[in-house]
Amino acid sequence: MDIIYTLWLRNVKRYIRSKSRMLGSLGMPMFLLLVLGFGLNSVVAIPGMEQGYVGFIIPGIISMSVLFTSVFAGIQIIWDKQFGFLKETLVAPVSRLEIMLGQTFGGATTALIQGLIIFIVSLFIGLQISSIPGFLIAIVFMVLIGLSFTAFGIAIASRMEDMHGFQLIMNFVIFPIFGLSGALFPIDSLPGWVRYLTLLDPLTYGVEGIRYGLLGSSQIDPAISFVVLSGFTILMVGFGSYLFRKISV
Amino acid sequence: MYAITVKDLTKRFGDFTAVNNLTFSIEKGEVFGLLGPNGAGKSTTMAMLSTMLKPTSGQASVNGYDILKNEDDVRKSIGIVFQDPSLDEELTAYENMDFHARLYRIPKNGRQEKIMELLKLVELDDKKDNLVKTYSGGMRRRLEIARGLLHEPKVLFLDEPTLGLDPQTRNHLWDYIERLNREKGITIILTTHYMEEADKLCNRIAIIDKGQIIALDTSQKLKNDIGGDVITIVSPEKDSLYLAVKALPGIRNIEVHDSSITIGLQNAEKHVAQIVNMASEKGIPVDSLSIHKPTLEDVFLHFTGRTIREEEASSKDQMRMMHRIR
Repeated sequence: MDIIYTLWLRNVKRYIRSKSRMLGSLGMPMFLLLVLGFGLNSVVAIPGMEQGYVGFIIPGIISMSVLFTSVFAGIQIIWDKQFGFLKETLVAPVSRLEIMLGQTFGGATTALIQGLIIFIVSLFIGLQISSIPGFLIAIVFMVLIGLSFTAFGIAIASRMEDMHGFQLIMNFVIFPIFGLSGALFPIDSLPGWVRYLTLLDPLTYGVEGIRYGLLGSSQIDPAISFVVLSGFTILMVGFGSYLFRKISV
Repeated sequence: MYAITVKDLTKRFGDFTAVNNLTFSIEKGEVFGLLGPNGAGKSTTMAMLSTMLKPTSGQASVNGYDILKNEDDVRKSIGIVFQDPSLDEELTAYENMDFHARLYRIPKNGRQEKIMELLKLVELDDKKDNLVKTYSGGMRRRLEIARGLLHEPKVLFLDEPTLGLDPQTRNHLWDYIERLNREKGITIILTTHYMEEADKLCNRIAIIDKGQIIALDTSQKLKNDIGGDVITIVSPEKDSLYLAVKALPGIRNIEVHDSSITIGLQNAEKHVAQIVNMASEKGIPVDSLSIHKPTLEDVFLHFTGRTIREEEASSKDQMRMMHRIR
């Protein structure tokens, strides 16, 4: 437990110190929130949504923020690999599972903070949360997205030699995961085959879970969302630890 | 009692044999050097001894623990300073030390004193709260050594500890290393391709080339193998010079190299005139001639027929060097 805490602490310290990273990763979600939210608010009417399109995409933008931060936190292991710090941890008398879990919790924590910042900004542009328990439910889903996608990032980083592949992963894996998730559109109104694609996307369940928590209504039963996303998280942590164990420097 | 024993240690990467049947032992309290050009297999050997890399075959033990069976005990017994920098630049020196102390489960009470004691040893205690990215290359190296000592290892591994440092910092570091060995009795194994470094620090030196040990002894004995002093002559007709010099009395050892011949002999000063006279009598031109006491460079040349020189650094190495200099 001490070891996991040690690695967690390092991740959080690094995150808090790099102000530019914190601000930089807020840019895109803020932009989408303002441009899409207000731009389309008057044109798009979503059945059953009292808070309008802005209210509808806030959970989606929070998910996006958590998703991007956590994947990036996982992939950062490549920097540790290239600049040698990973060796220092790998040669210590600790198990790789502990190192991997410490990194995952650290990444998930930073992702959660990032998501909460978007949440606070949303309060200023008119988000009205349904209830305090609902808010806690949203936090649980943010944590699950953070854990699963940090582990996913670690899994990718374990197989990558350097940062050259990062853009590839971003464009062909992370953006599709975001785009297909129902963060920006209601999944009920999609044609059948696209709907199946969104239901295959694990982030959909995260977005729907947060939406249920914050707005009090969602298109997927929150219990189902919770089970699917938890399952995905366990799978990713297992997959990430498996690949991380085989990492070589 | 040995601190490290290595028997028939071999590492192959596909068809390439990086380390070929190494066998040697290092006594407790010894400073042992692995000397060789880049790519000779020094770092691979270190990686295997520190359990970072599994050998293809052979055995080794560190501090009495087998590197394959007791990985964790080996890891607890050793401190490592890697060839490449391995600090977290976004953390302060103190935080880097603290991270290490927690990873090695150093108990909470006494952790802080231990860290401060070592930071004082490497004279970084007044800069302990500065981010490592503001440190110079020498300071980083010193911090890495302090960190490697934090969990009181029995054996310290130093992989090219002074690579890329200026001469003054290098001397400074050498003093630390000597003091550590003397005062704390730590066994030190270091790799280097600087002759001077091996000569100054090591009790015994293994010269390693293409994955094999080609000579292993004290620096003094290795130099004696050459036979007294060394005369190096550069001449366009080195083959005829070789035959002529060979006939002279008192020559212990003579070798022809690409552009020069080297002669090993006692009291070289007395024989120089004789050699020059003989060369001019026979009409053999001499471009230059020098006499010096043998260095490890000569030893290396003697055993391998080549001089140690830095091979061109790969782009990755260059990037790392840039990173370190910055």
